[in-house]
Amino acid sequence: MTMPYYVAPEQVMKDRAEYAQKGIARGRALVATLFGDGVLIVAENPSRSLHKVSEIYDRIAFAGAGKYNEFDQLRVAGVRHADTKGFAFSREDVDARSLANLYAQYLGNVFTHEMKPLEVEILVAELGADGRPDQLYHIAYEGTITDEDRFAVLGGDAETITERFTTSYRDGWALDEALRASVAALGGPDRTLSASDLEVAVLARGNGRRAFRRITTDELAERLGAATDQ
Amino acid sequence: MTLPLFTPGEDPGPNFAGLLRRISPSISPSSGASSAGGGSVTVRHGTTVAALRYADGVVMAGDRRATEGNTIAHRAMEKVFPADRHSAVAIAGAAGPAVEMVKLFQTQLEHYEKVEGLALSLEGKANQLGQMVREHLPMAFQGLVVVPLFAGYDLARGQGRIFTYDVTGGHYEEAEHAATGSGGRDARTTIKLGWHDALSRDEAIELVVQALYNAADEDAATGGPDVVRGIYPVVATVSSEGYERVPEPEVAERFGVLVERGLGGGG
Repeated sequence: MTMPYYVAPEQVMKDRAEYAQKGIARGRALVATLFGDGVLIVAENPSRSLHKVSEIYDRIAFAGAGKYNEFDQLRVAGVRHADTKGFAFSREDVDARSLANLYAQYLGNVFTHEMKPLEVEILVAELGADGRPDQLYHIAYEGTITDEDRFAVLGGDAETITERFTTSYRDGWALDEALRASVAALGGPDRTLSASDLEVAVLARGNGRRAFRRITTDELAERLGAATDQ
Repeated sequence: MTLPLFTPGEDPGPNFAGLLRRISPSISPSSGASSAGGGSVTVRHGTTVAALRYADGVVMAGDRRATEGNTIAHRAMEKVFPADRHSAVAIAGAAGPAVEMVKLFQTQLEHYEKVEGLALSLEGKANQLGQMVREHLPMAFQGLVVVPLFAGYDLARGQGRIFTYDVTGGHYEEAEHAATGSGGRDARTTIKLGWHDALSRDEAIELVVQALYNAADEDAATGGPDVVRGIYPVVATVSSEGYERVPEPEVAERFGVLVERGLGGGG
């Protein structure tokens, strides 16, 4: 009988973390930021149909970075959780915090107990109502959850992008300004991202019950074009 | 609560009713259908609803009365609901299960749209509602009949469409107009006389309001306009712009115009 080699738990965790980080670093990044009228999410994503940013519920949006099939499964689970909760109780009882906690729990569980950690980083954004502020929950591959009240950067190269974005961020800025800053931060000094490389959506007050709205490529091109003219 | 995750073989897909049965059977509407007793219970009933096609889409309307046996149970009940952005559903029959069916239907359409990233076609929505009515059949045998009316704007065809249902879930497309509930016959007669292919929005609202008035005139379970309390029928339009409820003052104004013109006749 062969005995399994002893591997120190620290080493196991380190290996897993490294594995997950590598997977996430391969994926393209996304920026989510608050603006005057709600939450803006800008993702680098050349695909028109495989979305990284999606609607979960009336005032809740989801964004994922890393491995598509893994975060998409989480997105669908979130939609299911929210719809079931809204059906059983009431629409107002569906909140992002409890959903973010469920995600964190699940990711943490997979990280410690399964063979392979999930190579994802996810964001749950909520548009505030009844005096509650807008909120961004950033959940890492091992289940660490952080709430951001200004902006969050997910995916590969997040640190550099955060550095670039911090310098331009302003509280309560307008949509076009926030959009321009996000695109510039994602692209960096050497690249200029065009509308067709991006997926953009907002959770905005004034959109009615379902606050989530995608900004189409045409509208985006127009908004970015107008921004460069200024 | 835990995150509802499934293995690929067990995944309910974009089906919300299937999901509910899987994870929370006690709140799934079909769980109420049992073989218990054939005794009849007196429950709240909603009555007359009508829909008709006009130039830009469809108009849907319902009176506000709910009855319980021979008493009036509610004077301001809503029977017309938005199903999603481009469709509306109206209900007649046992109020409790009907309202629950509408809630399930609304959630189902939105659930599908979010999971799949694409809204169902109008035909697909009509089909879904048919399946819900069919699942309700055991309860219909116990006397809790629910008959919805579904109408929407078909974005692919660029026109309004109307579907009627029977208790078995069968659904039938109506080319021009439809009405159901206890006063449905009277409402239909009025609409039939006034309908033509190119009704404007205002004409369509006026016609449907008149139809409900005539239904209330003949049918005890249908409520007419209540000027004293300021309760008027719910009227909604669905066009390429989406679902829009006609403001109550406008409905009241339409009634005013009709009264001036000598509404109903012979009264």
